[in-house]
Amino acid sequence: MRFRLPQRINLVSTILWGLRIVVTVLVLAGSWATLSSGKLAPSDWRDLIVFGIAQGSVYALIALGYTLVYGVLFMINFAHGDVFMTGAMTAFFVARNFGESGFINSNPIVALLIIFAVSMLTSMLVAIVLERIAYRPLRRAPRLVPLITAIGASLFISNSIRGIYGEQSNSYPTVDALQGRLDLFGIPILKTQALVIVSAIVLMIALVYFVERTRTGRAMRAVSEDKDVAALMGINVDRIIVTTFAIGGLLAGAAGVLYALVFNEVDWFMGFLPGIKAFTAAVLGGIGNIAGAMVGGLTLGVLESVGPFLLLGGANVPSPNQLRDVIAFTVLVLVLIFRPNGILGRNEPGR
Amino acid sequence: MQKLFRLSAILSALVLILAACSSNTGGSTGPSGSASSSGDPTAVCAADKFGCVKVNKGDKIEIATALTITGATASLGLDSVTGVQVAIQDRGKVAGHDVDLKSTDAGCSNAQDGQTDAQSLVADPQIVAVIGTSCSRTAVPAMPVLAAQGYLMISPSNTAPSLTNPSSKDFGGPFYMRTAYNDKVQGAAVAKFACEVLKVKTAATIHDGSPYAQQLQQVFADDFKAQCGGTITAQEAIHIGDKDFHPVLTTIGAAKPEALFMPIFDPEAGLIVHQSQDIDGLKNTKLISADGAKDDTFIKDAGPLAQSLGMYFSGPDLNFGSNYTDKFLPEYKQIAGKDPTSVYHAHAYDAANIIFDAIEHVSLTDSAGNLYIPRTALRDYARGIKDFKGLTGTLTCDPNGDCGATFVSIAQLKPDASGKLTFQQVFTTRSGS
Repeated sequence: MRFRLPQRINLVSTILWGLRIVVTVLVLAGSWATLSSGKLAPSDWRDLIVFGIAQGSVYALIALGYTLVYGVLFMINFAHGDVFMTGAMTAFFVARNFGESGFINSNPIVALLIIFAVSMLTSMLVAIVLERIAYRPLRRAPRLVPLITAIGASLFISNSIRGIYGEQSNSYPTVDALQGRLDLFGIPILKTQALVIVSAIVLMIALVYFVERTRTGRAMRAVSEDKDVAALMGINVDRIIVTTFAIGGLLAGAAGVLYALVFNEVDWFMGFLPGIKAFTAAVLGGIGNIAGAMVGGLTLGVLESVGPFLLLGGANVPSPNQLRDVIAFTVLVLVLIFRPNGILGRNEPGR
Repeated sequence: MQKLFRLSAILSALVLILAACSSNTGGSTGPSGSASSSGDPTAVCAADKFGCVKVNKGDKIEIATALTITGATASLGLDSVTGVQVAIQDRGKVAGHDVDLKSTDAGCSNAQDGQTDAQSLVADPQIVAVIGTSCSRTAVPAMPVLAAQGYLMISPSNTAPSLTNPSSKDFGGPFYMRTAYNDKVQGAAVAKFACEVLKVKTAATIHDGSPYAQQLQQVFADDFKAQCGGTITAQEAIHIGDKDFHPVLTTIGAAKPEALFMPIFDPEAGLIVHQSQDIDGLKNTKLISADGAKDDTFIKDAGPLAQSLGMYFSGPDLNFGSNYTDKFLPEYKQIAGKDPTSVYHAHAYDAANIIFDAIEHVSLTDSAGNLYIPRTALRDYARGIKDFKGLTGTLTCDPNGDCGATFVSIAQLKPDASGKLTFQQVFTTRSGS
């Protein structure tokens, strides 16, 4: 057995290995310091993870919209965060009236279904109009052009909502049936967050079924592979693209209501931050990949929730939570260094 | 070329000396001096480092507000705007001229907005002085812009200690002053309340990274430890714009603090109150917020819950006496069409009156009846007020621009006679009440 040293030591791979070691050591040291300090009880950690999953589910639902559109058109629809916001803001007016009339508490299930329907349909309509007006005319333009249009559309939508509904933040009515906690497999979990997680799972299963098992889903996958060949096979590419936007809009609308139910508050600017976070989640999981959006969303949510205190709490860093975004985005950078296509992304050199 | 340079150097040195002289004389004629409407305007204005604002005969004197008048914190800033409007209405004419108010938006949560607004203000040479900003964060970048052009700014509601601390990088400088108290006073009062009235031994704090919140919670933490040997279990921070505070509240709740001091703004304050009830470790924790959340938006977002929790709010003591209740408040309601939405309207009223007094004392009138207001002299008069009889109390400025009355109150939300939730005082540092 002969062990041969490589002829030249590759500088880049040495740095990468060094980085791997440094990051691992830092993470282990930070976590060990926090865990051994015993500042948080196991039940607190469990709560942190549950909060992270709930927040991550919302990210995942929005991220799916980014990823679906990217999968079909290879463009980032930066106005997607505002599609999410539009649904939540529009449903607020239904919710407020239901809250004032008491309908939301006498018939919570029917009321919630109507609120969801209004929000999802509004978001879907906005997404369809967006595709028609802002993206379709630019289908054959260079790739930077739709990106700029997307940013313009994002500003247009958010400021239109600001003009129509006003500047102030609006409180969603609280649903009595969703107050308090619920025991899920021995884990006490807030009912609103249970609703978020369950609805997200149901919607994601429905989406996977749709994409994998229906004719339209198959057509979507075909368009994603190659638009020209798909067109030759008799697929109406324009219709499939509109369908993709519509599905993304539906999911974003649902995410908007879930978000509003947990945080009781909506305003015209609420789409920006979750939009950016969800885009991050989509990239983290591997953009263009449906499972990747879900994994990325959940990872980001849990990371934001658990990460700051786990890594910094033991080192007595003052207010670790303030560094939440730093940690989340550092992880994004690291993932992109070591897996440029995201956690579940396919390795496709040259794309 | 070199000669020219030398000449200009000498000239500029002369100008500097003249400016220094003029500010000296301005200082000495200050509060006790009489209106110096005699004298030659051209000479005085040439001597003033920042020159004069010339108001033609029959024109209006223009002052500006740079407050937060849109978005979630608007109820804080619009409240102060109304205070200024009441002052203008009460005053009638200032030095023989009507007063015109230019209301601008300096925002609150985004420091950049303060700078942008200040730039738009200095672009208008007719503005004599500025009342603003609402939030300490926006005052920090606004002040250098205003001071470079000699614009005096009086804040009705900035309370961050750093703004009047000469060794801080946030120091407001010679053109800044405020009629609000310094948070050293507020933080100490909250600590005293926690120690002596609530009798708690452990407390945690949350701030939002703004100078106001960050420094106020630090003053509280220091005083809480010093005054009654209390323990601070955590000093956490959130991001403005966040909606999910469950994780940060979980880490705070792990130590089960007896009190949580959260001097932050809307809408985050309301969200934290709601979400704190989802955390086991915070079920019995007494919540204390401060003046930043003491407005209508908070009541709308979380009022009933805060009432049922018996949440406390620190803020200025609003027992200003009969002038306030019998004269100011009816006028306020007539102008705004509603009750005060926050707590800094009287401070804004005083700020406006300090400006008017200063204008009357330092302005000069030429033979044609035009009014000249020298900027440096105006600043010197305003910064030098002593025993000024204001609505909020008898005000005297310290050398760094702190001019506010120092009475702090703690309030709780309770329904008033008509059943509407209002902040009602339960504790005050004002002696004899």
